[in-house]
Amino acid sequence: MRVPEPCGPLSEGVVRALTHEPSGPRPVLERAVGDVLDPLTDRDLQLALWTLYELHYRGFDGVDPDAEWDPLLLVSRAAMERVFEHAVRALPTDADASAEQDVVMALTRMTVREGPSDLARFLERHATRDEFVEYLSLRAVHHLRESDPHSFVLPRLDGAAKVALAELQYDEYGSGRPDRLHQDLFARGLRSLDLSTDVSAYAEKADGATLASVNVMSLFCLNRRLRGAALGHLAAFEATSALPCDRIAKGAQRLGLPEVADYYEEHVVADAVHEQLAIRSICGTLVEAEPALAADVLLGATACLTLDGRAGQQALDGWRERRRHPRRTTVRAAG
Amino acid sequence: MSPRRVSVVECPGGPLLVRGADEVVGIDGVPTQTERAVVALCRCGRSDRLPWCDDSHRARRRSKRNKGSSKDED
Ligand code: FES
Ligand SMILES: [Fe+2]
Ligand SMILES: [Fe+2]
Repeated sequence: MRVPEPCGPLSEGVVRALTHEPSGPRPVLERAVGDVLDPLTDRDLQLALWTLYELHYRGFDGVDPDAEWDPLLLVSRAAMERVFEHAVRALPTDADASAEQDVVMALTRMTVREGPSDLARFLERHATRDEFVEYLSLRAVHHLRESDPHSFVLPRLDGAAKVALAELQYDEYGSGRPDRLHQDLFARGLRSLDLSTDVSAYAEKADGATLASVNVMSLFCLNRRLRGAALGHLAAFEATSALPCDRIAKGAQRLGLPEVADYYEEHVVADAVHEQLAIRSICGTLVEAEPALAADVLLGATACLTLDGRAGQQALDGWRERRRHPRRTTVRAAG
Repeated sequence: MSPRRVSVVECPGGPLLVRGADEVVGIDGVPTQTERAVVALCRCGRSDRLPWCDDSHRARRRSKRNKGSSKDED
């Protein structure tokens, strides 16, 4: 794992602090954070946040592990998280679902509308091998760390919700079989295409919307206050996964990528289970135990559906645009 | 160690969640093994991966029934 290539004042400040001046001045000035127009698409802000979050997962080669709890870095992260969270809370919500008294019903309503997306259809039927690889590269930022954010939530729960989250995570982590660990299934798919499995290589190329869709999980899962949102996000993610994964698996088969298809095929059956666990056994029991968290559970679900939806739509728009103007090769892959 | 407890939970409009199953015998009489601690058994009959639920119960009925030949697939 190497430190990613920065792309603006915020990510440069973070990378400089990590590589040159670990105990120097505060790396990110509040003023630079204030210059961010749209936190949900700003690549510099999101890459800076991603780099700081990664210190809590696997860290970087050559970076002092103590950087994880460096007070100046934490102050910088908090400043960036404030604008990020503010933007997430301003996302339009599903009025019908919010009116629902019961959180299980609300989550079901919010997610049932999401049919298999145009993106999944495109990958199933039309994507070229290059476009498919581009898709995997965007998703790599999430899937190479799949489920790790939510493990931080376990000690922040009690009783039934904790038991159910542990049950779901056990399945994500291979149900006792190291060869079925989900994040490694994805890595195996990348390796079968001779692609890197270093998540930094994907993060530094990803657009702001894609990074935001991944960072929002760390935002929710690393701040105990936001545990409700973390689990609402999980529920929305799992409940909208099986149907698209079925299509994407077929696309991978069509292109002769069996290892990639294996990852998606696993997620059809697994996520049909995870959906029930996440909506009922996790979010349902959490809100029963802590009714005050209901609003944040729905916030997390909204964040998942909106941010993942936007990142996917942007990738699809990029491919369609490129097909309309094949000569214009500089069309942004996805922002 | 006490024997593993098996339990079944009905999910409204969806599958049966079964904890502690080692194998499931499908309607065709073929047993399928599983390593998962929890499995979801299809109750709607529309799954392409019977006996498991594959979330087809969520797909719009029309698009599922026309599967393979429909234009709304595209
Ligand atoms: S119950 Fe889910 S596919 Fe049949
Ligand atoms: Fe998974
Ligand atoms: Fe899952």
